[in-house]
Amino acid sequence: MRIIVPIKQVPETKSVRMDESTGTVIREGVESIINPLDLYAIELALQIKEKLGGEVVALTMGPPKALEALKEAVAMGVDEARLVSDRVFGGSDTWATSDALSEAIRKIGNFDLIICGERATDGDTGQVGPGIAAFLDIPVLSYVNKLAEINDDECVVHRLIERGEDVSSCGYPLLLTVVKEVSDPRLPTLRGKKKAKNLDIPVWGEKDLGLDASLLGLKGSPTRVAKIFRPKVTRECEMTVANDHTSIEAACANVAEFLTRRNLI
Amino acid sequence: MNKNDYKDIWIVAEQWEGEIQEISFELLTRGIALREQRSCALNVMVFGDDISERELRGLLARGADKVLFVKDPALKYFLVEPYAAAMLDIVEKYSPETILAGATSTGRTLMPYVAVKAHAGLTADCTSLEYDSETGDLLQTRPAIGGNIMATIKTPGHRPQMATVRPKSTSPAPILKKRGGEIVVETTTFTPISKIKKMKHIPNEDEISIQDAEKVVVVGRGLKKAENLPVVRAFADEIGAALGASRDVVDRGWLSYPHQVGLSGKTITPKLYIGLGVSGAIQHLAGMRTTENIIAVNIDPDAQIFKVADIGIVGDMFEVLPELAETLRKHEVKQ
Repeated sequence: MRIIVPIKQVPETKSVRMDESTGTVIREGVESIINPLDLYAIELALQIKEKLGGEVVALTMGPPKALEALKEAVAMGVDEARLVSDRVFGGSDTWATSDALSEAIRKIGNFDLIICGERATDGDTGQVGPGIAAFLDIPVLSYVNKLAEINDDECVVHRLIERGEDVSSCGYPLLLTVVKEVSDPRLPTLRGKKKAKNLDIPVWGEKDLGLDASLLGLKGSPTRVAKIFRPKVTRECEMTVANDHTSIEAACANVAEFLTRRNLI
Repeated sequence: MNKNDYKDIWIVAEQWEGEIQEISFELLTRGIALREQRSCALNVMVFGDDISERELRGLLARGADKVLFVKDPALKYFLVEPYAAAMLDIVEKYSPETILAGATSTGRTLMPYVAVKAHAGLTADCTSLEYDSETGDLLQTRPAIGGNIMATIKTPGHRPQMATVRPKSTSPAPILKKRGGEIVVETTTFTPISKIKKMKHIPNEDEISIQDAEKVVVVGRGLKKAENLPVVRAFADEIGAALGASRDVVDRGWLSYPHQVGLSGKTITPKLYIGLGVSGAIQHLAGMRTTENIIAVNIDPDAQIFKVADIGIVGDMFEVLPELAETLRKHEVKQ
């Protein structure tokens, strides 16, 4: 079983700060991590490899710094890694990103499964997984929260949908996008870290992928960001401090009155 | 590509066992507002096998000009390949200017698949949509970077322009009397094949879904440990509320993922939200702040949740909760 896991390096969202005057995100000094949902994808891939044998290849597109994310994946147990990095890929939207990644996957070749995190915490679109499947013309099972069965011919997965779970089977090649219930990501090992340090990770640019230049980066992206602004979030909050019996009682009575006034009880 | 060759707004309705789902009516609300701005037709595409005319008429009654029902046994339920093939057929045949679908498990899988093949622009999880009157570009606004910013996205040089819209981010279009409109039933011009086989469906246990509930009690990290959950659950049950959780709570495994409220979970707009020990990370606020009535209990007076709350109680949720339950119980008796 040969499994490719496309991952993304993202800023640690919890520590994202905003420049209040310009309304832009301050990227400096923000720690970069592997997109948290991608860790579940890596873990699932490693578990499948442990069961059926084979190889797991991690892939990312990003600046040279994104090598760190690939090294971390290798430290977790991934066998090989590829970085797609070139200035011309800058400004890619999900269409152009899916295009470049699917081309890299073709170049890696000979795969059975592609496993993606359902979405990345920065862009939050969840569009690249299904997008890659469409470029490769293979089926996609999204929102996978459980791998029920797997063998060399097919797998059976549960998909988390609005009203419950769908259980579906499919042969290969196939792309899965996974949500966090699917696995429990392992930590990098010392041996893995050593391997990551010494592993030569190929970096592929525009020429290596042989893509049509008009379809790359911002030029190849159908969408444009027209405007960015900060959401307004405030409303008048009636605050009470409840730290002893009397004040707790008063606060709760106030809630009861509010709920009555708004016809909620 | 000539933008003028593309026209009208199309929404992708969803059906489950032949019943049109509420997200379709919410999309009609969006579509109706956009139709006003663009002076064009508002059409619905729906894929299925057995959908009654009554169900289809419901879409016209709620404001659609035309309903196109693509009927095939392979389209009975969502499978990405036949659905995408049927949708691409419509794109080819009708050249839609704008296509809206729900940001549901179906919409968020089908739309990116189709957008790639149609070389169309696609924006995920939009919360607001309007047309640029000059260019006809759809201005699609969505939260980004964990809800820290809002981004307005457009598709200047490609058509169709496609967007998924957050469920519950608007109310469903009401039924209007006396509306005309056309229902077209088409069969597919190809043999739909799916490599994926759906084997069965396991419905949610009868616990109320947080997206459908009128009242939701949400716990945050203030819960401290899973063992404290029964107290909160009992309170939620008592006031007839569904139980939701912040991302922290789900990450720690105290509640399962379907309970998660926020950008990476579900958007909810119940009538009443009660947050217990929820700090109010931006990504959480993005998933609940349009709720009509918000009450928050948190030990930290600076918790962000208070910025969006109507009533804020600064205190220990475990001290406040029993008293609140008792007060509401007494209140009930008095009524």
